[in-house]
This record gives sequence, structure tokens and C-alpha cells, in this order.
Amino acid sequence: MHVFSDPKNFDAFLSSFLWILKLTGASAVGALVLGVLLAAMRVSPVPVLRGFGAAWVNIFRNTPLTLVIFFCYFGLFVTLGLSLSQDLFLNIYWLGVIGLSTYTAAFVCEAVRSGINTVPTGQAEAARAIGLTFAQTLRIVVLPQAARSVIAPFGSILIALCKNATIVGTIGLMESSSVMKDLINFNGDAVIPIFLVFAGTFAAILIPTGYFFGWLANRLAVKR
Amino acid sequence: MSTSSVLYDHPGPRAKVRNTVLSVIFGVALVGLVYWIYSKFDQANQWEGWLWKPFAEPKTWTQFILPGLWATLKAAGVGMLLSLAFGIIFAVGRLSEHKWISIPAGAVVEFFRAVPLLLMIFFVFYGLPYVIKQPVTAFWSVVIGLTLYNGSVLAEAFRAGIRSLPGGQSEAAYAIGMRKTQVMQLILIPQAARAMLPIIVSQLVVLLKDTALGYIVAYPELLQRGVNDLAANYGNIIPAAMVIAVIYIIINSILTWFAGWLERRTGTRRVRVPRQRAGTASSTVVEPQG
Repeated sequence: MHVFSDPKNFDAFLSSFLWILKLTGASAVGALVLGVLLAAMRVSPVPVLRGFGAAWVNIFRNTPLTLVIFFCYFGLFVTLGLSLSQDLFLNIYWLGVIGLSTYTAAFVCEAVRSGINTVPTGQAEAARAIGLTFAQTLRIVVLPQAARSVIAPFGSILIALCKNATIVGTIGLMESSSVMKDLINFNGDAVIPIFLVFAGTFAAILIPTGYFFGWLANRLAVKR
Repeated sequence: MSTSSVLYDHPGPRAKVRNTVLSVIFGVALVGLVYWIYSKFDQANQWEGWLWKPFAEPKTWTQFILPGLWATLKAAGVGMLLSLAFGIIFAVGRLSEHKWISIPAGAVVEFFRAVPLLLMIFFVFYGLPYVIKQPVTAFWSVVIGLTLYNGSVLAEAFRAGIRSLPGGQSEAAYAIGMRKTQVMQLILIPQAARAMLPIIVSQLVVLLKDTALGYIVAYPELLQRGVNDLAANYGNIIPAAMVIAVIYIIINSILTWFAGWLERRTGTRRVRVPRQRAGTASSTVVEPQG
């Protein structure tokens, strides 16, 4: 473990996971808002919105995230000159958040849509019968019930998002996989401990998260 | 709720007018958005003919895109076969009655599901050569990474599939005198594999997309050849990324469609599975990955 007793390496390790957590946090919020909006579009009575939602999901679900992130960097930043921060790393960070959010929103949309499908037909029919509009039906009756059944899929989307955050390293952010690569290249004698520390940290974050969402999903499940 | 139309009334005259107005408003906004993106790229001179001309030349396809596509498909194919084997072995291992098999198998599956694929590819490509004292090719580091990750996901899918089968299946098999291995091999796995077929195919989509990570270790797959190398020769990185994205979308859409077709086809002939358990079986394995 001599590698991590060097404060410089230990700081690199800590800040790399801090980047991962920041990427996950900001992208989770972005993807959640965008994904729920897309799901609402996909079930709405307006054909143009349905088409837009469907196109978004089909495009981003079928494109590799690596390519999406690549495009955010070379397309948005290098070609179009979209600069989100003066700081080099912070700029890459926000570009990564854009890429991760747009990509993950497609999965959130699909999860919400299948959650809407688990709400019994009678609920929406009753809501319509008392004269609620589409927006009211969705907001007051259907989505709150659907939310309970999408907790488990949300958990696995969040876990995947946290792992996918490492891909932002491909455009130059010093997140955990890039830091691990550098440490391996400088410490060829301690390859396995380095891998176990990095992989173990991910496991220590993500396995409890998985169990937590499983527990939460069970606790909030609608008993039918 | 199978159709979304349950959420709103059949449109009357006023709703029809409103929907048309909204359609027009959002349609105009959408066209505006597309035009804005178009003009932004236009200002950056991305629509100029010479950037797109390489895609009309056969050399671009025979030297860059098709070899890249072939490398992607090769890594995905080998990775799929290995992760299927990994998945079956560890699913059966985790269901074993012997604690000394089921606990390590469960730990391995949980561990590799929690570790990012990129971290594993980096470890195999940069770290493993120090340990085994010989270099690991980019192809194998991608395939090993894909196998460990997707194999673990498939192991969970198989386990859920085997557990979702009605208990009567294995009870009946034991009653006619089969042994544990026979019950697993002849009764449980064939039925579970069939029920899990759509999930296996959709995992193939995930796996195919993940091969794009190979470009980080310079494995000459579609992203590396079609975007990086092509753009290095012609300086057209944005057009190249767009063309490659379309190729990925087409291939993955075909696979997704195939998964849906399999689901419809096997769904009608499938053994009756209690609804609730079937639901949990399919929801545990929806795991998007870049």
C-alpha cells in the first residue's frame, strides 16, 4: 500500500472519486428532469411531442456513450466553441454532465414510461371521468403512483450513471479510471493493490446503493 | 395501462383544435431548433462539401469504416459468447446449495457488476502485463472487460430467470428421479434461457455499444477507425462522428427490434409464470451502460 501512503497519490485518488460523485450528482438531476419531461411527451396527445420523445430515446439509447461524450467535446466545445467555464477541468466537467444527462435521460424516459404502464387503467379512467385534463391526470394521479414502481429501475440507472461517469475521463477529466491508469504506469510493482483500491471503492459505493434502492423499492411498493 | 390513450379522452372538436395548435407551435419550435443547430454548424463551416466528400469514396469505406465495423462486431461476438458462458456458470454457481460455491460466485458477480468497464479495460491493458510479464493485446483487454461485466449482468439475469420458473418444474424432475445436475441441465436452464432470450439480445446491444470503449486502448474498432483515424486523414471529425453514430444507431435498432420480435414470439408460447415474479425477473436486469 506504499502507493497510497504518498499524499500526492492519495489526493489524486480522493479528487478522482470526488469528480465521479460530482458528475453523478449533477447528471442525475439533469437526466431525471429531462427524462420525466420526455416521458410526459411520449404519452401526450400531441403527435409532434410523441415523435420528438421517441426520436430522442431511439437516438441516444442506441449510440455508445463514448461517442456522445466525444461529440460533446469535439462538437460542442472544439467546433462550436461552447465554453462553459474558464477553468479547463470545469469546462470538461460541464461538457461531461451534458453528455451524461442527454444519454441517461433516454433510459429514465423508458423507465418512467414502463412505470406509467404499471398504474392500473382504472386510475386514469377515473381521473378522466371526474374531468381532469391530461396534465392533471398525469401530475396528480398517474405519476405519483408510477414513481413508486420506478424506484428500482432508477436505482440501477443511477448505478450505471455513476460507472458511466468514468467515460468522461476519455476527454481529459482526471476521474478515477484515468488516475488509476497513471498510478499503474508509475507503479508497476503494485498493480493489483491499485486496482483493488479503485475497484473496491466503486464496489463500496455502489453495492450498498443497490441494496438501498432495493429496500426502498420494496418499502414504497404499491401492494396490489 | 397498455395504450397511452387511456390518459386522455378521445379528442373532441376543441381538443382537436388545441392539439393541432400545440402541434404547430412545437413543430415550429422543433424546426427552429434544428435550423439553429444547422446554422451553428454552418457558421463553423461543417457542411462544406469537402468534409463530406470522403464518404462518397469507396476507399473511406474499405479502409476505415468496414474494417472498424468488422473489429467491433468481432469483439462484440467473442465477448458475447464468453459472457454467456460466464453468465451460465456463475448463475448456476450462485444457485448452488453448497455455501462454498454460492458465496464466492455471488461475490464475484456483485463485484464485477459494480466496477466500471473502463476501469477493468485499463487494468487488463496497462496493469495485467506487469503481473503476467507479457503484453495483453487491445482486443483481449476489451473482450475480457466486456466478458467480466456483461457476464455478471447475464448471470443475474439467468439467476432471476431460473428462479422465476414455477417450483413444480424442478419438483417434478426430482420426482422422476433426476439428479441435481440433470434438473439444472435438462429442465431449468433450457426454460430459463428461452424466457431470458430477449434480455440476452438486449444485453448484446449494451455490449456492442461498450466496444466503443476500445478506442481508448487503441483497439481499431468503429469509433477508432471511423472517427479518429478517418478525421486524422481528412480533418472532418464532426461529419465522421455523425456518420458513425448513424451506423451504430442502425445496427442497434435492428438488434433492439430483434429482441422485441423474440419477446413477442416466445411470449405466446412461454410457460405460465406467475405475473409478479416474472415482473421482478425482467426489472432487475435493465441496466444501461455506455
